[in-house]
Amino acid sequence: MNVKSSMKLIGVVGLMALAAACASKSSTGPDVAATGNTNGGVTSGAVTPGSQEDLEQNVGHRVFFGYDQYSLSPQAQATLQKQADFLKQYPSVSVQLSGNCDERGTREYNLALGARRAEAARAYLVSLGVDSSRLTTVSYGKERPIDPRSTEDAWSLNRNSTTTIVNVGA
Amino acid sequence: MKQAILAILAAAVFVAAPSAQARVRIDITQANVEPMPVAVPDFIGVDNQAPGLGRDITGVIMADLDRSGLFSVIDQRAYVEKLTSVDVRPRFADWRIINAQVLVAGEVRQTPDGRIEVATRVWDVYSNEQLGAVSFKTPADNWRRAAHKVADFVYKSLTGEEGYFDTRIVYIHETGPKEKRTKRLMIMDQDGANSVLLTDGLNYQALTPRFSPTQQQITYMALFDNRPGQVYLFNIETGEQEQLGTFRGMTFAPRFTPDGTRVLMSMERGGNSDVFMMELATRRLTRLTDNPGIDTSPTMSPDGRRIGFTSDRGGTEQIYVMNADGSAPKRITFGEGRYQTPVWSPRGDLVAFTRQYQGRFYIGVIRPDGGGERLLTESYLDEGPTWAPNGRVLMFFREASPGAGPSLWSVDLTGRNLRRVRTPGDSSDPAWSPPLP
Repeated sequence: MNVKSSMKLIGVVGLMALAAACASKSSTGPDVAATGNTNGGVTSGAVTPGSQEDLEQNVGHRVFFGYDQYSLSPQAQATLQKQADFLKQYPSVSVQLSGNCDERGTREYNLALGARRAEAARAYLVSLGVDSSRLTTVSYGKERPIDPRSTEDAWSLNRNSTTTIVNVGA
Repeated sequence: MKQAILAILAAAVFVAAPSAQARVRIDITQANVEPMPVAVPDFIGVDNQAPGLGRDITGVIMADLDRSGLFSVIDQRAYVEKLTSVDVRPRFADWRIINAQVLVAGEVRQTPDGRIEVATRVWDVYSNEQLGAVSFKTPADNWRRAAHKVADFVYKSLTGEEGYFDTRIVYIHETGPKEKRTKRLMIMDQDGANSVLLTDGLNYQALTPRFSPTQQQITYMALFDNRPGQVYLFNIETGEQEQLGTFRGMTFAPRFTPDGTRVLMSMERGGNSDVFMMELATRRLTRLTDNPGIDTSPTMSPDGRRIGFTSDRGGTEQIYVMNADGSAPKRITFGEGRYQTPVWSPRGDLVAFTRQYQGRFYIGVIRPDGGGERLLTESYLDEGPTWAPNGRVLMFFREASPGAGPSLWSVDLTGRNLRRVRTPGDSSDPAWSPPLP
């Protein structure tokens, strides 16, 4: 198996902790959560433009799905439109789209469902003119919930496609 | 990891079997079996050799028989006769008086080559007849397996079916917070003894392990952070592993075919998952489904002629059965809710599944033609059944309530005898081994 560098691992852990903190602020429903994550378009002065932090705070790095669904809601499409604008603004950035599911399904089916969600986000970004070579997908199924609780609110947050910057150009 | 070489020799049965008519017998297909009262005095240490070992072996046998739900082991303190040799006929009246139906008498001796020999006779206390006798030789540190072999012998003597005590379970050992869980492969004996971690869990989460039916090998899925998860083969004896093919998309839900020569799995391409089969010798990949719906969790019938799988092609997850070449898929589940994770019984007569309905999860069984559905368990989350090799017992994992960690459970095919399986910590995705060689 490939051994990932410890630097990379720390980076991912850091992002996940950040994501969890973000998510816990929102409470009801996928669409509300999506809006909450975009932070109302308020720009923070301390954020490096084109960074993951920039993406999360000023664009929105997550789109949310209904139960056992992988279709993009108008809110999800709006968030992805902003992601597409972001990616056009920073053409050296590549991202990974990771599909996630709530815990109310079996492991194997949810791995497949997560792949559909990541692909739905990827295909929409491509349709908006983002070069597909900058986009990769991965499914985490129900294995990586951002909200560990077993509530409707948590499940709404955990049904998502999360966009993560994996490369800021050569 | 090196496993001890499996070195039990079944010695000759040393007394001829009695006539079949006289036998006490348990019909394990009946839904309400009264557990059979069995006496198991401590195995005699011949020439005072290894007295503690006789007691340890007896403890393992008693626990196996008790856990099966088919036997009730009578408290040793009630026993009247003290056996002095396995070759002396017991005083049957002494065993009848404590209401035993069956007496398991045994002794253990050390052999000149440093091994141990465990000899056992199974007696019908009412007909005063021997039901069977058997002897095993094994390295001394392998005594637990000898005890399981004895329990299997007792089980077969009284039910007519193969036992499942000398088997192992591979499963996922889970630690850490839900958002950042470590998931490692772990293996243990069927009774929870000899737990060993097989993977370190540092760079990936291990999921959905399955035993090879023919070799000391596991297939499982490794879930990575930064690339799609992939199916791996893991050699239990050497610890070596290899990725099963190199694919851009995710591969998952692996399961060996019953002859052990191929692995069925799902592969995802462009977001859609279909069922494929890989021949292990040639690594030749064959597509079996080509449908815009999700097709996953493939399982082959023991005769190799059919494959069951989960698909949402009809709108929600249901179980389908198709021919082994992928032709003629036919939906077999029509109840309310969602049906997933079909697993074909080693006997071929039933398919076990996970059913999701109105916020609850169930483990159930159904005939491959779609008839005779029966639900065996229910909880907040019951998922992922696996069959004991004799097709009479199922193991699965359960989260008993929202937020509860997963644990392993077993249940009889009759829905009786639901028991938690002892494991160190949170556990999921159990897979039962075939009978050990």
